[in-house]
Amino acid sequence: MSSPLRPVEEARDDGFFATRLDALVNWGRKNSLWPMPLGLSCCGIELMAMIGPKFDIARFGAEAARFSPRQCDLLVVAGTLTWKMARACRLVYDQMPEPKWVIAMGVCSSSGGMYDSYAVVQGVDSILPVDVYVPGCPPRPDAVIDAILKLQKKIERERPTARLLAGPDEVDVRGSGRLAYQPNEGVRRGVNDLHPHDPRKARPG
Amino acid sequence: MAGTSEPNATVARVDVALQGIEHAWLATRDGLATLSVAVAQLGAALAALKGAGFESATLVTAVDRLPRAPRFELVHQLHSLAHGARVRVKCTLAEGQEAPTCTHLWPGAAFMERECFDLFGIVFAGHAGLKRLLMPEGYEHHPLRKDFPHHGIEPDRLYREWDQQRRADWHPEGAR
Repeated sequence: MSSPLRPVEEARDDGFFATRLDALVNWGRKNSLWPMPLGLSCCGIELMAMIGPKFDIARFGAEAARFSPRQCDLLVVAGTLTWKMARACRLVYDQMPEPKWVIAMGVCSSSGGMYDSYAVVQGVDSILPVDVYVPGCPPRPDAVIDAILKLQKKIERERPTARLLAGPDEVDVRGSGRLAYQPNEGVRRGVNDLHPHDPRKARPG
Repeated sequence: MAGTSEPNATVARVDVALQGIEHAWLATRDGLATLSVAVAQLGAALAALKGAGFESATLVTAVDRLPRAPRFELVHQLHSLAHGARVRVKCTLAEGQEAPTCTHLWPGAAFMERECFDLFGIVFAGHAGLKRLLMPEGYEHHPLRKDFPHHGIEPDRLYREWDQQRRADWHPEGAR
């Protein structure tokens, strides 16, 4: 089979279309989100309803929920996050490969909700970068589907190819206007956290 | 309550069982037969009640009555299926004072004693494996004590320490 990269004159008769690589990659990413269901309390039930046939997020290409963070790119924190669970939640996020997004589902994960207490993290954005917050206690499945649609719009605006052209630290990949997303002092988002086995880290010099 | 003994019958049965052990009956609002014993005699009293047919401990917990002088009130609630009777045993406990375990009588009480230790800081002497149940290991406080602030004392301390270690493992050079 010949190379897909051919002169336009040759390919003219076969039919082709031109696009930006960013647009193509974003189109693929936003329509195949694989959620990691981190069901921590009652929100987890609504999350199951959302995946099930009645609400059916397969309509938006996000039905492939996997219970291994290494196969997922959308972390749905569904429920009350306690400080005891926070380490596990951060580990799950760390284990997800880039690019990855986070939905804080429900008021508990958005802000601590009614659990204004010593045991509960007052919003998962104290330990993770959050892309979309969903209010509700618990939110209806439609509300979370709306969050996925909003996230798809957000993914459309990203510039994934920019990282090919420059180093990961120099590029505002998320289009958020900041180099490194830092929700709280002392908490780093994953882009700058290199795993010990990351090839970029092993590079000499 | 259908199928249960009269409170007076329970009191009489317990009085017989606790012969030689000093105890006092307390008035309660919920009508459950409630007695108080001294900590020194709690172990003997519980063993005697177990022998008198109270074959299950349904609840082991504590109450913090902070302005009061011995601040803790240890509560054991026992149930006898054979007699259809329930009894509540209370004993006051000062801070730092140890209570005897009842896990040799009711093994199922082990979790309740662990919870009691976790949330009130009451040490049960003789409990095998008395460690925290709900709060993470390494936590320093006992949240159900009345003098514990509602928002906690550095609630994120353990997470922060773990997070620093995590980042140190990932970036040993300390650059980030």
